Amino acid sequence: MRGRSREAAFLLLPGIGLLVVLFYLPQLLMLLVSLGRRTAYGEVERAASPDNYLRALEPLYLTILGRSLVLAAVTTVACLLVGYPVAWWLARRASPRWRNALLALVILPFWTSFLVRMYAWIVLLRSEGVINLALGAAGLPRAELLYNDLAVLIGQLYGELPFMIVPLYVSLEKLDPSLLEAAADLGADARRTFTRVVVPQTMPGIVAGCVLVFIPSLGAYLAPDLLGGGKTAYVGNLIQSQFAVARDMPFGAALSFVLSLVVVLLLLAFRRPLGSAQAL
Amino acid sequence: MKGELRIRGVSRSYGDVQAVRDVSLDAAPGQFVTLLGPSGCGKTTLLRLVAGFERPDSGSIWISGRDVTALSAHKRPANTVFQHYALFPHRSVFGNVAFGLEIEGLPKAEVRDRVERALELVRLAGLGDRRVTEISGGQKQRVALARALVLEPEVLLLDEPMAALDPKLRKEMQVELKNLQERLRITFLFVTHDQDEALVMADRIAVMSQGRIEQTGGPEELYERPRTRFVADFLGVANLFRSEVLGVGGGVARVRTEAGLSFDASNDGGYRAGATVWVGLRSEKISLTDRAANAFAGTIDDEIFLGDWTDWRVRVGGEVLSVGEGNLLARGRKRGDAVTLSFPPEAVLRLDDPEAAA
Repeated sequence: MRGRSREAAFLLLPGIGLLVVLFYLPQLLMLLVSLGRRTAYGEVERAASPDNYLRALEPLYLTILGRSLVLAAVTTVACLLVGYPVAWWLARRASPRWRNALLALVILPFWTSFLVRMYAWIVLLRSEGVINLALGAAGLPRAELLYNDLAVLIGQLYGELPFMIVPLYVSLEKLDPSLLEAAADLGADARRTFTRVVVPQTMPGIVAGCVLVFIPSLGAYLAPDLLGGGKTAYVGNLIQSQFAVARDMPFGAALSFVLSLVVVLLLLAFRRPLGSAQAL
Repeated sequence: MKGELRIRGVSRSYGDVQAVRDVSLDAAPGQFVTLLGPSGCGKTTLLRLVAGFERPDSGSIWISGRDVTALSAHKRPANTVFQHYALFPHRSVFGNVAFGLEIEGLPKAEVRDRVERALELVRLAGLGDRRVTEISGGQKQRVALARALVLEPEVLLLDEPMAALDPKLRKEMQVELKNLQERLRITFLFVTHDQDEALVMADRIAVMSQGRIEQTGGPEELYERPRTRFVADFLGVANLFRSEVLGVGGGVARVRTEAGLSFDASNDGGYRAGATVWVGLRSEKISLTDRAANAFAGTIDDEIFLGDWTDWRVRVGGEVLSVGEGNLLARGRKRGDAVTLSFPPEAVLRLDDPEAAA
């Protein structure tokens, strides 16, 4: 037993150490900051006041948080709708010989920084951009594609899609094809086979993909900033601007904790279906 | 007629591989028909064609007098018990059996009634709440059976359902399944590679090889009168000789094996003087006494103890024959003993060899 526990300490220590130094300690610092006050020069003054949290719950900021929740939810649903057929094709239709190469293509965008990829979308979407030039060449009217909510959603969908496809692929690849035959054999057509067998069987992948897309989307700020033109405020931009522009670290920290709390509450609310993701 | 299965000239290829070649087979309503053959002989493909998971390249399939060749699997009045059961892991035992009834859209109370009855039928009453991941292999098989039977199929298709069970349980399930089939009078199409299983359970056996049906018949008929070398070999005829017909007359044919053993075979009319034929001889039809027309002196080369009987390998000239002897008689013999063996000419089977002819 002693050997076992020493082995466990040996295996876990680097990870725990990193977590403590780079996550828990900074979190603690931020918690202290969030309870403090901003001085006139943007410094942090020690205090123990709930003011920043009360301010974060003002209607203006709750609206922004709500908008972020909607963006994250729409992004997640869009990723699921776009990603599921892709994952299905990869796992069940694509030739096994090419499957790994195709999967690598899904992950390939990660080789480039997210920032650069967002700029690439600007090149595509702006009024003199690739898409509008093509529309013009085809004799069609041009469209204002950039700096609106649709552009933000496109950027988010594009950026988060691989995080949806990969877990879906894993669960679809494990799906036993004889279960589909059994469902057909018992009288289920394609639609009911999908809703009654495929979806329940791939629920771990669906849940994992949704969590992986939803949580980062909730705090997204690059796509709203670059593709939305900063016209619509999302909570990610709000927090970022508190630190970088308004120099109100205590309020930014409080907003961060409110956001984390929302995520924790959501995970708790969905813990039953989330439990199934452990089967992945 | 309800429950009648007719397969007419069905073929199916995968690329260059002809999995099923021009197969025709009938099953009368309530008959237990077994497809028997080694792995890769096309028996599972044939079953999947009947289930509708595969489409034939040519030919037609009829169930209860209706052409179902173009019908999708979910519309066919046939249900399948899969080799590895294919139970839905996210559903309970009850949920698995209820699946097809729920798809039919039956009211909840009726679903519950019929599922309960189906579970009773396979002796799983009271286990409905169990998860299918928590039950034993034998129980899983019963769930798979109940799930198919609850829909009252006109034909039940079973794809090696016993393959994953241990031998003792398999023997029990064979008898139980046979009794169940006799009680329900549902047409069974049963796939297996195990000749004992086929002999125990089937009313009719179709032996398949290389995508074709080699011979169809009742268990006894197949056992006693295999017509081809393949069927004889697969059904355990241990002594097979490529022989030359020396002469025909007086109701017998005189044949000589390649190693020079000559004996009489009762002539079924298929022997031609000078022709080459395959003949077979079951080891239990040879006795170690000198009493019939074909008697030879030999020595015991080897013995294989099989519990209630012993398989003696007896060398006679250039041939080694497998001779079965019940162990009540076999006591006292040993390797190297000189023995006399004999067999009646009626025991010699004349076998076709379509592969050699082709």
